[in-house]
Amino acid sequence: MAPTKEQTRDGSEGHRMSNDTQQALFGYALRLGDTSLVLGHRLSEWCGHAPELEEDIALTNVALDLVGHARLWLAYAGEVEGKGRDEDRLAYRRDVFDYRNHLLVEQPNRDFGHTIVRQFLHDSWAVELYDRLTASTDATLAGIAAKAVKEVRYHVRHSADWLIRLGDGTAVSHAKVQDALDRLWPYTGEMFESDAASATLAAAGIAPDPVELRAAWNARIADVLAEATLSRPADGWMQKGGLRGEHSEHLGFLLAEMQFLPRAYPDATW
Amino acid sequence: MPDAGCWGPEPGADALLLTAWNALAEVMDPEIPVLSVVDLGVVRSVAREMDGRVAVTVTPTYSGCPATGVIVLDVETALARAGLDAVVRVVIAPPWTTDWISETGRAKLAEVGIVPPPASGKRSLTAPEESIACPLCGSTDTAQISRFGSTACKALHRCNACLEPFDVFKCH
Repeated sequence: MAPTKEQTRDGSEGHRMSNDTQQALFGYALRLGDTSLVLGHRLSEWCGHAPELEEDIALTNVALDLVGHARLWLAYAGEVEGKGRDEDRLAYRRDVFDYRNHLLVEQPNRDFGHTIVRQFLHDSWAVELYDRLTASTDATLAGIAAKAVKEVRYHVRHSADWLIRLGDGTAVSHAKVQDALDRLWPYTGEMFESDAASATLAAAGIAPDPVELRAAWNARIADVLAEATLSRPADGWMQKGGLRGEHSEHLGFLLAEMQFLPRAYPDATW
Repeated sequence: MPDAGCWGPEPGADALLLTAWNALAEVMDPEIPVLSVVDLGVVRSVAREMDGRVAVTVTPTYSGCPATGVIVLDVETALARAGLDAVVRVVIAPPWTTDWISETGRAKLAEVGIVPPPASGKRSLTAPEESIACPLCGSTDTAQISRFGSTACKALHRCNACLEPFDVFKCH
């Protein structure tokens, strides 16, 4: 990441809030930043490997947007925390247990269909969340969400298009995306998980209760799966823990690659 | 900050502000070098600080656009070359939109064969894309090859009449 310039955002008036709210807001910005960063990194692994040139460019374009969102969320997290950690420090100097991303986004790419299913499940959540966050009482959250939602709307069109094409495609493409959907479904429950921090933020009008996103998410999933001739898996056991730092084995390998340079050369600038 | 385009000095701007605007008009977008940063609509304001310095506010096009850092550096360099002691700030709100590309900017895009963006407006997520005329032969028998093109802000299309591929500035 490039060094950042002096950043100011309209309407920011400093942070006069209770310790609880400040702590919750820090954690929330980390969750959004880590989720964007880990998914952005996963997509960047396709660079040079996608099934066709156009998709190679598409996936890396989406990756670029997500890493951009991560920079904004993490820079704000560092600002709220007030301990002098900037976006790079948060991205590169935390280990697995300090990451707060959804388990869904750290799941490996496997094949193109699997990547598209993961993306569609995430995009459908992100578009609903960011849309609501534009009305946050926190001007910075609202500003970042207003910027990001325009890009995420474009992402969800792309991932939904591909899911329909693959689901309603050949027997092989259909089977692959149905398998990916079954495999990834247990990771979707976490996106709607509430806890004490999300309750604090919801009460202050800073962020919606995650549960509120569920109905709109369900509706979009139902529409697209129907068009893609795919079956919605049953809501059974849901994997949880990412928001508390309990991750699958995949995240460590991802961070090892992503953090190699700043770990090996701690104060390098470029 | 107003939610509208900003392409030049307001009436009554003093000599320093005019110098700044003239310098900015010479700073080209690194990825679409026919467009100045002013035509692209990423310059949001040019004003005087309390201490008399010129303050230029810029906004990124896309959140992750790698050109943003280069643009800020180029703007700082251009202002320094014009002899100004200026401060450059980056804001993200209100978010940049292709509606802020100036009329001159749109004409310059068309000249180099990039279809300017259609006007934005609320559109359903699943609505079909509108038909786009080929910048080379004018035919409207065109198809989108990819939603994502050579830069974050462009999509790739192809003309079914003359068979040439072409870039379209995405509506954003």
